[in-house]
Amino acid sequence: MDKFGFTISKGRQIDYDLNDRFIAEYIFEHEPSFRLCIECGGCSSTCSTGQFTLFSLRELHILIKRGENDKARQNIRKCMLCGKCMLVCPRGVNTRNVVLLARQAFQKENEHAV
Amino acid sequence: MNKNVVVIGAGVAGMEAAGRLAIAGFAVSLIEKQESQGGHLNNWHQLFPDRRDGKEVSEYLRKLTQNDRIKLHTGTSIEKINHVKNIYAVTTSSGEVLNADAVVVATGFDLFKSSRKEEYGYGIYDNVITSADLEGMFQSGKIIMHDGRAPEKIGIVHCVGSRDEKVGNLYCSKLCCVTAVKQAIELREYLPASKVFCFYMDMRMGGSMYEELYREAQEKYGISFIRGKVSEASEAINNKIKIKVEDTLVGRPLKMELDLLVLMAGMEMSEGGKRIAAVAGLKTGENRFFAVADQHYGSNNSNLKGIFLAGTCVAPMNITETISHARAAVSEVIDYLNSTEKQRNG
Repeated sequence: MDKFGFTISKGRQIDYDLNDRFIAEYIFEHEPSFRLCIECGGCSSTCSTGQFTLFSLRELHILIKRGENDKARQNIRKCMLCGKCMLVCPRGVNTRNVVLLARQAFQKENEHAV
Repeated sequence: MNKNVVVIGAGVAGMEAAGRLAIAGFAVSLIEKQESQGGHLNNWHQLFPDRRDGKEVSEYLRKLTQNDRIKLHTGTSIEKINHVKNIYAVTTSSGEVLNADAVVVATGFDLFKSSRKEEYGYGIYDNVITSADLEGMFQSGKIIMHDGRAPEKIGIVHCVGSRDEKVGNLYCSKLCCVTAVKQAIELREYLPASKVFCFYMDMRMGGSMYEELYREAQEKYGISFIRGKVSEASEAINNKIKIKVEDTLVGRPLKMELDLLVLMAGMEMSEGGKRIAAVAGLKTGENRFFAVADQHYGSNNSNLKGIFLAGTCVAPMNITETISHARAAVSEVIDYLNSTEKQRNG
Protein backbone atom coordinates (compact mmCIF):
# COMPACT_ATOMS: atom_id res chain seq x y z
CA MET A 1 0.00 0.00 0.00
CA ASP A 2 1.21 3.45 -0.84
CA LYS A 3 2.25 5.61 1.96
CA PHE A 4 0.72 9.04 1.78
CA GLY A 5 3.33 10.67 3.92
CA PHE A 6 1.02 11.52 6.81
CA THR A 7 2.59 11.13 10.21
CA ILE A 8 1.58 11.90 13.74
CA SER A 9 3.97 14.30 15.40
CA LYS A 10 4.68 13.55 19.00
CA GLY A 11 4.04 16.62 21.12
CA ARG A 12 7.13 18.51 22.15
CA GLN A 13 5.58 19.85 25.32
CA ILE A 14 6.98 18.59 28.60
CA ASP A 15 4.05 17.38 30.67
CA TYR A 16 5.57 17.92 34.06
CA ASP A 17 2.71 16.35 36.01
CA LEU A 18 2.67 13.21 33.88
CA ASN A 19 6.42 12.62 33.87
CA ASP A 20 8.03 10.27 36.35
CA ARG A 21 10.99 11.83 38.10
CA PHE A 22 12.22 8.74 39.94
CA ILE A 23 15.73 9.06 38.46
CA ALA A 24 15.98 12.63 39.75
CA GLU A 25 14.61 11.62 43.16
CA TYR A 26 17.17 8.83 43.39
CA ILE A 27 20.02 11.23 42.61
CA PHE A 28 18.69 13.92 44.99
CA GLU A 29 18.65 11.35 47.75
CA HIS A 30 22.21 10.11 47.25
CA GLU A 31 23.88 13.23 45.89
CA PRO A 32 22.12 16.34 47.30
CA SER A 33 24.53 18.65 45.44
CA PHE A 34 22.51 17.73 42.32
CA ARG A 35 19.99 20.35 43.50
CA LEU A 36 22.56 23.11 43.22
CA CYS A 37 22.95 23.13 39.43
CA ILE A 38 22.17 26.55 37.93
CA GLU A 39 22.46 25.36 34.33
CA CYS A 40 25.49 27.48 33.49
CA GLY A 41 26.90 24.91 31.06
CA GLY A 42 30.44 25.01 32.37
CA CYS A 43 30.46 21.20 32.55
CA SER A 44 29.36 20.83 28.93
CA SER A 45 31.92 23.29 27.63
CA THR A 46 34.83 21.39 29.14
CA CYS A 47 33.45 17.92 28.37
CA SER A 48 35.63 15.89 25.97
CA THR A 49 32.70 13.72 24.96
CA GLY A 50 30.67 16.81 24.20
CA GLN A 51 33.35 18.06 21.80
CA PHE A 52 32.82 15.07 19.50
CA THR A 53 29.30 13.76 20.09
CA LEU A 54 25.84 15.06 20.87
CA PHE A 55 26.30 14.88 24.59
CA SER A 56 25.63 17.68 27.04
CA LEU A 57 25.89 17.02 30.73
CA ARG A 58 23.96 20.21 31.44
CA GLU A 59 21.11 19.04 29.25
CA LEU A 60 21.27 15.59 30.81
CA HIS A 61 20.87 17.12 34.28
CA ILE A 62 17.83 19.16 33.34
CA LEU A 63 16.15 16.35 31.38
CA ILE A 64 16.44 14.09 34.41
CA LYS A 65 15.02 16.84 36.63
CA ARG A 66 12.02 17.24 34.34
CA GLY A 67 11.46 13.49 34.14
CA GLU A 68 12.34 13.36 30.42
CA ASN A 69 14.18 10.10 31.03
CA ASP A 70 14.25 8.58 27.53
CA LYS A 71 16.73 11.02 26.09
CA ALA A 72 18.83 10.86 29.23
CA ARG A 73 18.84 7.06 29.03
CA GLN A 74 20.09 7.18 25.45
CA ASN A 75 23.03 9.38 26.34
CA ILE A 76 24.09 8.42 29.82
CA ARG A 77 26.65 5.82 28.62
CA LYS A 78 28.56 8.37 26.55
CA CYS A 79 30.19 9.92 29.62
CA MET A 80 33.76 8.68 30.14
CA LEU A 81 33.76 9.66 33.82
CA CYS A 82 36.91 11.74 33.44
CA GLY A 83 35.58 14.25 35.96
CA LYS A 84 36.74 17.46 34.28
CA CYS A 85 33.20 18.79 34.72
CA MET A 86 33.63 18.58 38.50
CA LEU A 87 36.67 20.81 38.29
CA VAL A 88 34.81 23.66 36.59
CA CYS A 89 31.42 23.49 38.32
CA PRO A 90 30.89 26.85 40.13
CA ARG A 91 28.28 25.34 42.43
CA GLY A 92 30.41 22.38 43.49
CA VAL A 93 28.02 19.76 42.10
CA ASN A 94 29.54 16.28 42.20
CA THR A 95 28.74 15.85 38.53
CA ARG A 96 30.53 12.55 38.08
CA ASN A 97 28.58 10.99 40.91
CA VAL A 98 25.39 12.34 39.32
CA VAL A 99 26.20 10.34 36.18
CA LEU A 100 27.07 7.23 38.18
CA LEU A 101 23.86 7.48 40.21
CA ALA A 102 21.80 8.07 37.08
CA ARG A 103 23.30 4.88 35.60
CA GLN A 104 22.47 3.01 38.79
CA ALA A 105 18.91 4.31 38.74
CA PHE A 106 18.44 3.32 35.10
CA GLN A 107 19.91 -0.09 35.97
CA LYS A 108 17.37 -0.52 38.77
CA GLU A 109 14.62 0.46 36.38
CA ASN A 110 15.75 -2.31 34.01
CA GLU A 111 15.86 -4.86 36.81
CA HIS A 112 12.31 -3.96 37.82
CA ALA A 113 11.17 -4.22 34.24
CA VAL A 114 12.44 -7.78 33.96
CA MET B 1 20.10 77.23 62.69
CA ASN B 2 16.36 77.63 62.88
CA LYS B 3 15.26 76.05 59.63
CA ASN B 4 12.17 74.12 58.61
CA VAL B 5 12.18 71.09 56.38
CA VAL B 6 9.11 69.37 54.96
CA VAL B 7 9.46 65.64 54.31
CA ILE B 8 6.80 64.20 52.03
CA GLY B 9 6.07 60.56 52.71
CA ALA B 10 6.54 58.65 55.96
CA GLY B 11 7.75 55.34 54.64
CA VAL B 12 11.25 54.02 55.22
CA ALA B 13 13.02 56.87 53.36
CA GLY B 14 10.85 59.66 54.78
CA MET B 15 11.11 58.42 58.36
CA GLU B 16 14.88 57.97 58.13
CA ALA B 17 15.30 61.43 56.58
CA ALA B 18 12.98 63.09 59.12
CA GLY B 19 14.73 61.40 62.03
CA ARG B 20 18.21 62.39 60.86
CA LEU B 21 17.14 65.97 60.08
CA ALA B 22 15.68 66.30 63.56
CA ILE B 23 18.92 65.01 65.09
CA ALA B 24 20.76 67.64 63.04
CA GLY B 25 18.58 70.28 64.68
CA PHE B 26 15.99 71.11 62.04
CA ALA B 27 12.26 71.44 62.59
CA VAL B 28 10.63 68.76 60.43
CA SER B 29 7.08 68.39 59.17
CA LEU B 30 6.57 64.79 58.12
CA ILE B 31 3.59 64.44 55.80
CA GLU B 32 1.92 61.06 55.19
CA LYS B 33 -1.22 60.49 53.16
CA GLN B 34 -2.04 57.19 54.91
CA GLU B 35 -3.43 57.13 58.43
CA SER B 36 -0.21 55.73 59.84
CA GLN B 37 3.49 55.94 59.10
CA GLY B 38 5.67 53.03 57.97
CA GLY B 39 4.74 52.64 54.31
CA HIS B 40 4.98 49.28 52.54
CA LEU B 41 7.14 47.92 55.35
CA ASN B 42 3.99 47.54 57.49
CA ASN B 43 2.73 44.90 55.07
CA TRP B 44 5.90 42.82 54.93
CA HIS B 45 6.34 39.86 57.24
CA GLN B 46 10.01 38.96 56.93
CA LEU B 47 12.79 40.83 55.17
CA PHE B 48 15.42 39.41 52.83
CA PRO B 49 18.14 38.25 52.95
CA ASP B 50 18.39 37.54 56.69
CA ARG B 51 14.66 36.94 57.13
CA ARG B 52 14.36 39.18 60.16
CA ASP B 53 10.94 40.37 61.22
CA GLY B 54 9.94 43.53 59.31
CA LYS B 55 8.61 44.90 62.60
CA GLU B 56 12.17 45.27 63.91
CA VAL B 57 13.01 47.81 61.22
CA SER B 58 9.62 49.53 61.69
CA GLU B 59 10.39 49.80 65.38
CA TYR B 60 13.81 51.35 64.67
CA LEU B 61 12.17 53.95 62.40
CA ARG B 62 9.39 54.64 64.89
CA LYS B 63 11.93 55.33 67.64
CA LEU B 64 14.04 57.48 65.31
CA THR B 65 11.04 59.67 64.48
CA GLN B 66 9.98 60.09 68.12
CA ASN B 67 11.59 63.49 68.32
CA ASP B 68 10.11 66.77 69.52
CA ARG B 69 11.38 68.49 66.41
CA ILE B 70 9.25 66.26 64.15
CA LYS B 71 5.61 67.05 63.59
CA LEU B 72 3.84 64.13 61.93
CA HIS B 73 0.83 64.92 59.75
CA THR B 74 -0.92 61.66 58.87
CA GLY B 75 -3.93 61.38 56.62
CA THR B 76 -2.59 64.45 54.86
CA SER B 77 -1.70 64.95 51.22
CA ILE B 78 -0.07 67.82 49.37
CA GLU B 79 -2.19 70.28 47.38
CA LYS B 80 0.36 72.83 46.24
CA ILE B 81 4.05 73.62 46.43
CA ASN B 82 4.94 77.25 45.66
CA HIS B 83 8.46 78.55 45.45
CA VAL B 84 9.15 82.10 46.64
CA LYS B 85 12.82 83.02 46.81
CA ASN B 86 14.40 80.42 49.06
CA ILE B 87 11.14 79.37 50.70
CA TYR B 88 8.80 76.62 49.61
CA ALA B 89 5.20 77.13 50.67
CA VAL B 90 3.68 73.67 50.97
CA THR B 91 -0.12 73.63 51.12
CA THR B 92 -1.58 70.46 52.62
CA SER B 93 -5.01 68.91 52.16
CA SER B 94 -6.02 70.23 55.58
CA GLY B 95 -5.50 73.77 54.27
CA GLU B 96 -2.36 74.37 56.31
CA VAL B 97 0.53 76.21 54.63
CA LEU B 98 3.95 75.02 55.77
CA ASN B 99 6.89 77.26 54.97
CA ALA B 100 9.94 75.14 54.29
CA ASP B 101 13.54 76.06 53.68
CA ALA B 102 13.98 72.71 52.02
CA VAL B 103 11.74 69.84 50.95
CA VAL B 104 12.59 66.14 50.91
CA VAL B 105 10.39 64.11 48.59
CA ALA B 106 10.14 60.51 49.76
CA THR B 107 6.96 59.37 48.08
CA GLY B 108 8.19 55.83 47.49
CA PHE B 109 6.74 53.30 45.07
CA ASP B 110 3.47 51.57 44.26
CA LEU B 111 3.37 47.85 43.59
CA PHE B 112 2.56 47.00 40.00
CA LYS B 113 -1.15 46.23 39.63
CA SER B 114 -0.95 42.57 38.68
CA SER B 115 -4.45 42.54 37.17
CA ARG B 116 -2.90 44.46 34.27
CA LYS B 117 -1.17 41.24 33.23
CA GLU B 118 -4.51 39.69 32.44
CA GLU B 119 -2.91 36.51 31.06
CA TYR B 120 -2.00 35.52 34.63
CA GLY B 121 -5.59 35.88 35.79
CA TYR B 122 -5.10 37.92 38.95
CA GLY B 123 -8.54 39.02 40.07
CA ILE B 124 -10.09 36.46 37.72
CA TYR B 125 -8.96 33.08 39.07
CA ASP B 126 -9.39 32.21 42.72
CA ASN B 127 -5.91 30.88 43.35
CA VAL B 128 -3.74 33.53 41.74
CA ILE B 129 -2.30 35.93 44.31
CA THR B 130 0.48 38.53 44.47
CA SER B 131 3.65 38.65 46.52
CA ALA B 132 1.97 41.28 48.74
CA ASP B 133 -1.06 39.01 49.29
CA LEU B 134 1.32 36.22 50.29
CA GLU B 135 3.04 38.48 52.84
CA GLY B 136 -0.41 39.13 54.30
CA MET B 137 -0.89 35.37 54.58
CA PHE B 138 2.48 35.01 56.30
CA GLN B 139 1.47 37.75 58.75
CA SER B 140 -1.77 35.96 59.53
CA GLY B 141 0.04 32.61 59.72
CA LYS B 142 -2.44 30.99 57.34
CA ILE B 143 -1.30 29.93 53.88
CA ILE B 144 -4.47 28.78 52.24
CA MET B 145 -6.14 28.50 48.89
CA HIS B 146 -9.50 30.05 48.13
CA ASP B 147 -11.33 26.98 49.45
CA GLY B 148 -9.44 27.07 52.75
CA ARG B 149 -7.15 24.09 52.08
CA ALA B 150 -3.37 24.32 52.19
CA PRO B 151 -1.73 24.40 48.74
CA GLU B 152 0.64 21.55 47.89
CA LYS B 153 2.09 22.76 44.64
CA ILE B 154 2.92 26.42 44.32
CA GLY B 155 4.32 28.39 41.40
CA ILE B 156 6.02 31.76 41.66
CA VAL B 157 6.20 33.99 38.59
CA HIS B 158 9.07 36.47 38.53
CA CYS B 159 9.09 39.79 36.63
CA VAL B 160 5.35 40.60 36.80
CA GLY B 161 5.29 44.20 35.64
CA SER B 162 9.07 44.42 35.31
CA ARG B 163 11.27 44.05 32.22
CA ASP B 164 8.09 44.00 30.18
CA GLU B 165 7.51 46.34 27.29
CA LYS B 166 3.87 45.24 27.17
CA VAL B 167 3.16 47.13 30.38
CA GLY B 168 5.57 49.95 29.61
CA ASN B 169 8.15 48.99 32.22
CA LEU B 170 11.51 48.26 30.65
CA TYR B 171 13.41 48.30 33.93
CA CYS B 172 14.17 45.55 36.41
CA SER B 173 12.58 46.06 39.83
CA LYS B 174 15.58 44.13 41.15
CA LEU B 175 14.04 43.04 44.46
CA CYS B 176 11.42 40.61 43.20
CA CYS B 177 13.94 37.81 42.52
CA VAL B 178 15.21 37.77 46.07
CA THR B 179 11.67 38.28 47.39
CA ALA B 180 10.61 35.22 45.40
CA VAL B 181 13.44 33.17 46.88
CA LYS B 182 12.61 34.38 50.39
CA GLN B 183 8.90 33.69 49.97
CA ALA B 184 9.60 30.26 48.45
CA ILE B 185 11.65 29.37 51.54
CA GLU B 186 8.95 30.68 53.87
CA LEU B 187 6.33 28.66 51.98
CA ARG B 188 8.40 25.49 52.39
CA GLU B 189 8.71 26.19 56.11
CA TYR B 190 5.00 26.81 56.61
CA LEU B 191 4.06 23.91 54.36
CA PRO B 192 6.81 21.27 54.55
CA ALA B 193 4.89 18.92 52.25
CA SER B 194 4.63 21.50 49.49
CA LYS B 195 6.59 21.76 46.25
CA VAL B 196 7.59 25.22 45.09
CA PHE B 197 8.61 26.25 41.57
CA CYS B 198 10.07 29.61 40.59
CA PHE B 199 9.69 30.69 36.96
CA TYR B 200 12.31 33.28 36.13
CA MET B 201 13.84 35.05 33.12
CA ASP B 202 17.16 35.72 34.88
CA MET B 203 17.99 35.24 38.53
CA ARG B 204 19.21 38.67 39.59
CA MET B 205 20.79 38.02 42.95
CA GLY B 206 22.88 41.18 43.02
CA GLY B 207 22.78 42.03 46.68
CA SER B 208 24.72 41.15 49.76
CA MET B 209 23.89 37.55 50.73
CA TYR B 210 21.25 37.15 48.01
CA GLU B 211 23.11 34.45 46.08
CA GLU B 212 23.68 32.55 49.31
CA LEU B 213 19.92 32.64 49.96
CA TYR B 214 19.29 31.32 46.44
CA ARG B 215 21.72 28.48 47.04
CA GLU B 216 20.07 27.70 50.37
CA ALA B 217 16.68 27.64 48.63
CA GLN B 218 17.98 24.93 46.31
CA GLU B 219 20.09 22.98 48.76
CA LYS B 220 18.09 23.08 51.98
CA TYR B 221 14.55 23.68 50.76
CA GLY B 222 14.58 21.79 47.44
CA ILE B 223 12.93 24.64 45.54
CA SER B 224 12.91 24.17 41.76
CA PHE B 225 13.93 27.01 39.48
CA ILE B 226 12.70 26.86 35.91
CA ARG B 227 13.99 29.39 33.42
CA GLY B 228 11.20 30.76 31.28
CA LYS B 229 8.54 33.44 31.27
CA VAL B 230 5.10 32.03 32.00
CA SER B 231 3.02 32.99 28.99
CA GLU B 232 -0.40 32.29 30.44
CA ALA B 233 -2.29 30.77 33.31
CA SER B 234 -5.74 29.26 33.07
CA GLU B 235 -8.10 27.72 35.55
CA ALA B 236 -8.92 24.05 35.17
CA ILE B 237 -12.27 22.54 36.10
CA ASN B 238 -10.73 21.21 39.34
CA ASN B 239 -9.86 24.82 40.25
CA LYS B 240 -6.15 24.21 39.70
CA ILE B 241 -4.09 26.73 37.79
CA LYS B 242 -2.60 25.44 34.56
CA ILE B 243 0.43 27.27 33.34
CA LYS B 244 2.32 27.31 30.07
CA VAL B 245 5.99 28.16 30.00
CA GLU B 246 8.96 27.38 27.84
CA ASP B 247 11.65 25.59 29.78
CA THR B 248 14.27 27.57 27.92
CA LEU B 249 17.15 25.48 29.23
CA VAL B 250 15.64 22.34 27.73
CA GLY B 251 14.39 24.29 24.76
CA ARG B 252 10.91 22.85 24.95
CA PRO B 253 7.51 24.09 26.12
CA LEU B 254 6.30 22.82 29.49
CA LYS B 255 2.92 22.63 31.16
CA MET B 256 2.09 22.14 34.80
CA GLU B 257 -0.87 22.28 37.15
CA LEU B 258 -0.54 24.26 40.36
CA ASP B 259 -2.65 24.81 43.46
CA LEU B 260 -1.52 28.38 43.92
CA LEU B 261 0.21 30.88 41.66
CA VAL B 262 2.08 33.81 43.22
CA LEU B 263 2.90 36.85 41.07
CA MET B 264 6.01 38.85 41.94
CA ALA B 265 4.69 42.37 41.44
CA GLY B 266 7.32 44.90 40.45
CA MET B 267 7.81 48.45 41.67
CA GLU B 268 6.46 51.52 39.90
CA MET B 269 6.60 55.25 40.51
CA SER B 270 3.83 55.95 43.02
CA GLU B 271 0.69 57.80 42.03
CA GLY B 272 1.39 60.14 44.95
CA GLY B 273 4.84 60.86 43.52
CA LYS B 274 3.36 61.67 40.12
CA ARG B 275 1.03 64.18 41.78
CA ILE B 276 3.94 65.81 43.62
CA ALA B 277 5.87 66.00 40.33
CA ALA B 278 2.92 67.79 38.76
CA VAL B 279 2.25 70.28 41.57
CA ALA B 280 5.92 71.08 42.27
CA GLY B 281 7.24 71.01 38.70
CA LEU B 282 9.62 68.14 39.36
CA LYS B 283 10.92 66.26 36.36
CA THR B 284 10.44 62.55 35.95
CA GLY B 285 12.62 60.24 33.90
CA GLU B 286 12.12 57.50 31.34
CA ASN B 287 10.83 55.01 33.85
CA ARG B 288 8.48 57.62 35.37
CA PHE B 289 10.46 57.75 38.62
CA PHE B 290 11.80 61.19 39.58
CA ALA B 291 14.68 62.30 37.36
CA VAL B 292 17.88 62.79 39.33
CA ALA B 293 20.32 65.61 38.63
CA ASP B 294 23.20 63.19 38.18
CA GLN B 295 23.04 59.43 38.11
CA HIS B 296 26.39 58.98 39.86
CA TYR B 297 26.87 61.84 42.29
CA GLY B 298 23.58 63.70 42.37
CA SER B 299 20.91 61.06 42.92
CA ASN B 300 19.35 63.07 45.77
CA ASN B 301 19.11 66.26 43.69
CA SER B 302 16.09 67.12 41.59
CA ASN B 303 15.75 69.74 38.87
CA LEU B 304 14.68 72.24 41.59
CA LYS B 305 17.04 73.81 44.08
CA GLY B 306 15.93 73.07 47.59
CA ILE B 307 13.83 70.01 46.71
CA PHE B 308 15.63 66.75 47.39
CA LEU B 309 14.78 63.15 46.60
CA ALA B 310 15.08 60.16 48.91
CA GLY B 311 14.43 56.46 48.46
CA THR B 312 12.37 54.50 45.96
CA CYS B 313 10.73 57.55 44.37
CA VAL B 314 13.97 57.64 42.34
CA ALA B 315 14.41 53.95 41.46
CA PRO B 316 13.71 50.52 42.98
CA MET B 317 15.82 50.07 46.13
CA ASN B 318 15.95 47.65 49.02
CA ILE B 319 15.63 48.86 52.60
CA THR B 320 19.39 49.12 53.16
CA GLU B 321 19.77 51.27 50.05
CA THR B 322 16.68 53.30 50.91
CA ILE B 323 18.02 54.16 54.36
CA SER B 324 21.45 55.07 52.94
CA HIS B 325 19.82 57.18 50.22
CA ALA B 326 17.68 59.01 52.80
CA ARG B 327 20.77 59.75 54.92
CA ALA B 328 22.54 61.04 51.82
CA ALA B 329 19.55 63.31 51.13
CA VAL B 330 19.88 64.71 54.64
CA SER B 331 23.53 65.50 54.01
CA GLU B 332 22.52 67.32 50.81
CA VAL B 333 19.87 69.29 52.72
CA ILE B 334 22.40 70.33 55.37
CA ASP B 335 24.91 71.51 52.73
CA TYR B 336 22.19 73.40 50.89
CA LEU B 337 20.85 75.14 53.98
CA ASN B 338 24.35 76.08 55.11
CA SER B 339 25.05 77.64 51.71
CA THR B 340 21.77 79.62 51.64
CA GLU B 341 22.46 80.79 55.19
CA LYS B 342 25.94 82.02 54.11
CA GLN B 343 24.46 83.84 51.12
CA ARG B 344 21.96 85.60 53.37
CA ASN B 345 24.61 86.63 55.90
CA GLY B 346 27.25 87.45 53.32
